[in-house]
Amino acid sequence: MGELFWIFISALLVNNFVLSYFLGICPFLGVSNKLETAFRLGLANIFVMIITALCAWLLNTLILPYAPYLRLISFIIVIASTVQFVEMAIKKLSPDLFRALGIFLPLITTNCAILGLALFATNKGYDLLESLIYALGAGGGITLAFVLMAGIREETRILDVPRVIEGTALSLIIAGILSLTFMGFAGMFSAA
Amino acid sequence: MAVNRDLSKNKLIEEFLKGLWTENPVLVMVLGMCPVLAVSNTAINSLAMGLATMFVLVFSSFLVSIFRKLIPAQVRITTFIIIIATFVTVVDMLLAAHLPVIHKELGAFISLIVVNCVILGRQEAFASKNPPINALSDALGVSVGFVFALFCLGSVREILGNGSFFGIPLFGSDFEPWIVMILPPGGFFALGFILLFFNQIRQRKKRAREKNGSGASWKQSRYTTEYITENEHGISD
Repeated sequence: MGELFWIFISALLVNNFVLSYFLGICPFLGVSNKLETAFRLGLANIFVMIITALCAWLLNTLILPYAPYLRLISFIIVIASTVQFVEMAIKKLSPDLFRALGIFLPLITTNCAILGLALFATNKGYDLLESLIYALGAGGGITLAFVLMAGIREETRILDVPRVIEGTALSLIIAGILSLTFMGFAGMFSAA
Repeated sequence: MAVNRDLSKNKLIEEFLKGLWTENPVLVMVLGMCPVLAVSNTAINSLAMGLATMFVLVFSSFLVSIFRKLIPAQVRITTFIIIIATFVTVVDMLLAAHLPVIHKELGAFISLIVVNCVILGRQEAFASKNPPINALSDALGVSVGFVFALFCLGSVREILGNGSFFGIPLFGSDFEPWIVMILPPGGFFALGFILLFFNQIRQRKKRAREKNGSGASWKQSRYTTEYITENEHGISD
């Protein structure tokens, strides 16, 4: 139980996917301008990550011992098509949920955070439960980073920033400061 | 005939330069950020990553361009991804066999080249619509631009964060390395400042093009005032 908790905390804060592994930077810099959108994008990420963890674990235990060179190709194809199927199922079963998450699902599928999760979870040799917890933590961490960033960027829109720094340069420097604060969590492991 | 060939040669060079400078994938388009930030903590790592990406981009552009008339439009993205993933697997195995140290340092980020949007972007925007030779020159330009940007970032981070360049110490023992530069936040800061620098160059060029001396100096002064007011904001907050 304690180990599961640390897997969760580690993925959520200490090794935050966005701020310390740089995965999912594209939506982080590009989309996160509105708090509401950022939050829903984060939720969609959690959702896809849980499916991914399940697929990656299944593939890794069933097929890959026989054909390790197919790892990348099979991960991508299986994850992308499963997300498509789940998207169709949600559209049919729960239109409300689909309206909240729907538009983001196809966008997220080819995100590096998703493939990164599959690779990291299998590299670390997690079992099914551990991978699911890891996915939950990683997705939560992404949501946290998106929401923080969107909140800060909503504020900077009111400010009169110099023209050279507008846009990506400003976002990157803000991200750097956020990442610096998240490094403070690294102390949690040595303390534990 | 000779004129024709000359023109096409010019076009090839133009396509090459476009990727290298005016449409540089990292510095201008801000694409493919994930590998750029993650493995650029030393010059050698960033160079290895850049060359691996170059290999994948050049070969998949060439292949996609050869098969462009056979790939059905509905499944083109999937096809591109499978082609890219194949070359990434090849490069992953090559590195693991010949350069195990670097392979270990880069880790999962080699596999993550598959989802680098620079590569998929070139297939969709260029290679699937142009003949192989043009696709090759476009891919070479973009990937040299990518290597260049990655190498700049990696060098800056290693020199400041470790006081060395390709592992060779540059400064005396009095130099206190800026550890933060080789840690994750340093990636964001370094890229932020490099983008700032290139923005500045581009804006200065634009201003020079607009020329008429008085206008430029007026803009210059307005610029500084803007900067000062922003600073005041920062302090008063």
